Amino acid sequence: MMDKKLLTRRQALTAGLAAASALVLPGCAEDLPPTYGHLLRMGDNFTYRAQRLLLPSHTMAREYARSEISSMPAIGMTDPGDSSNRLFVEEFGSEYARLRHGGFTDWQLSIEGSVARPGVYSLADLQRLPHKTQITRHTCEEGWTAIAEWNGALLKDLLEGAGVLPTARYVNYSSYDAWDDSIDMWDALHPQTFLAYGMNGRELPVPHGAPVRLRVATQMGYKSMKFLRRIVVTDNFVDPGRTGLIQNGWSWSAGI
Amino acid sequence: MSERVGHSAWVRISHWLAAFSVIAMMVSGYAMLMTNPNLYWGEVGNPLVPAFIELPVSKNYRHEGWSEPVAFFESANSPVSSNRGFEILNLNSWGRSLHFLAAWVLVFTGCFYLLLGVVSGHFRNKLIPGFNELSAAAIRDDIRHHARFQVKAPDSRDGYGLLQKLSYCLVLFLLIPLLFLTGLTMSPLITAAYPILLDMFGGYQSARTIHFFAFVAIALFVLAHILMVLLTGAGRQLRGMTLGTRKAKTSHDG
Repeated sequence: MMDKKLLTRRQALTAGLAAASALVLPGCAEDLPPTYGHLLRMGDNFTYRAQRLLLPSHTMAREYARSEISSMPAIGMTDPGDSSNRLFVEEFGSEYARLRHGGFTDWQLSIEGSVARPGVYSLADLQRLPHKTQITRHTCEEGWTAIAEWNGALLKDLLEGAGVLPTARYVNYSSYDAWDDSIDMWDALHPQTFLAYGMNGRELPVPHGAPVRLRVATQMGYKSMKFLRRIVVTDNFVDPGRTGLIQNGWSWSAGI
Repeated sequence: MSERVGHSAWVRISHWLAAFSVIAMMVSGYAMLMTNPNLYWGEVGNPLVPAFIELPVSKNYRHEGWSEPVAFFESANSPVSSNRGFEILNLNSWGRSLHFLAAWVLVFTGCFYLLLGVVSGHFRNKLIPGFNELSAAAIRDDIRHHARFQVKAPDSRDGYGLLQKLSYCLVLFLLIPLLFLTGLTMSPLITAAYPILLDMFGGYQSARTIHFFAFVAIALFVLAHILMVLLTGAGRQLRGMTLGTRKAKTSHDG
């Protein structure tokens, strides 16, 4: 009688552990963002795995009416070319000032890495991709929100044009204010992930990331990088170091 | 042979796991709140729109340092854009990661506790007040005793007091589920999957505001809970919730 009960309990325990490891172990095998032994980063990765496993795929963030467009603050870098700004980075800042002076006609977005056709896209090239519009909520990690209309092209269309290789898993991007970040293919191919060159029906203002910013509607605001400069598609997670999130103590996956 | 009469081991384990995660969430939640200590209603809330409540809790509580607003549209009351020109206090990097890590602990503990609470009859027999107990007079009596600090230490035979049962039920079956759901409503990815959350609470910012007030209620509960433990014998109560009570008491303590 006792033996029988112990056995069932053990079986229950084994089944429970197997279920729990289904959530954790694939993470180990699939090259998640590095944690550097940091408990909080392990928690971030656990949340990220759980989201991708448990939530239905390609659900759409809510879209709003034009009348719901709201005021929107511009925070952090508001002009990468302004050398008096405390966040100014010489390496890309002076180049940005030059591009801005020329009305961004010389601006180019490079797309490199695990793509069949690497290349550079001018603003006009991006504007030739199918034009899309969305009115979505920008959700800042600071706790504020704003609704705006974003006009631009889908990142998906750019990636498909460049021919993403089947091994590709991450889309890395860099900005003129010297930040590097990345999203996984799930976010990158999402039908609301935009390369926005317009905002509220006009060209994208400089404080909001001119000439082109990323808009990831399913993510916290800080993943929507302003002042885009470069896109690199990779097969593995790349930690950019001091110019990225993780080594500054921030969660790469951001969402809950 | 000693008879075990106090809290079951699973109650003690879940109590402490929940206590540690709730405290971690209160600290990290407060750290996150300090980044923008304003509460709003609806979907939109930011420093350029009027706040529902402005909490004076950090140096971010100030209005200067914004550039001249630029209108998005031609219309008279067009929404605007403005640049923030000052550094803010932002403890969100560790705050949010700790908040979610502790939330996972609370979710797993909560599932374990709910399952055992139902299966063992703990909820039915000890926690949820019976209809015969619940009368306005009984509640009034218990409030009067608490107000005069005449709180009887819960004896193993008597079980929890009426107000005690009611406050535990309020926290377990209303406040924690409310915090859980309003917390999820603040995730862009989760509301993409379950937009009903936004409708339930009237938008992201309403959910954030409700989340804050539910936190205030939980914080008041924690203070009252600690006060009651102190009033009824901290040593005995802490021992009862950690090691458990091994022997039936022969007399009332107070």
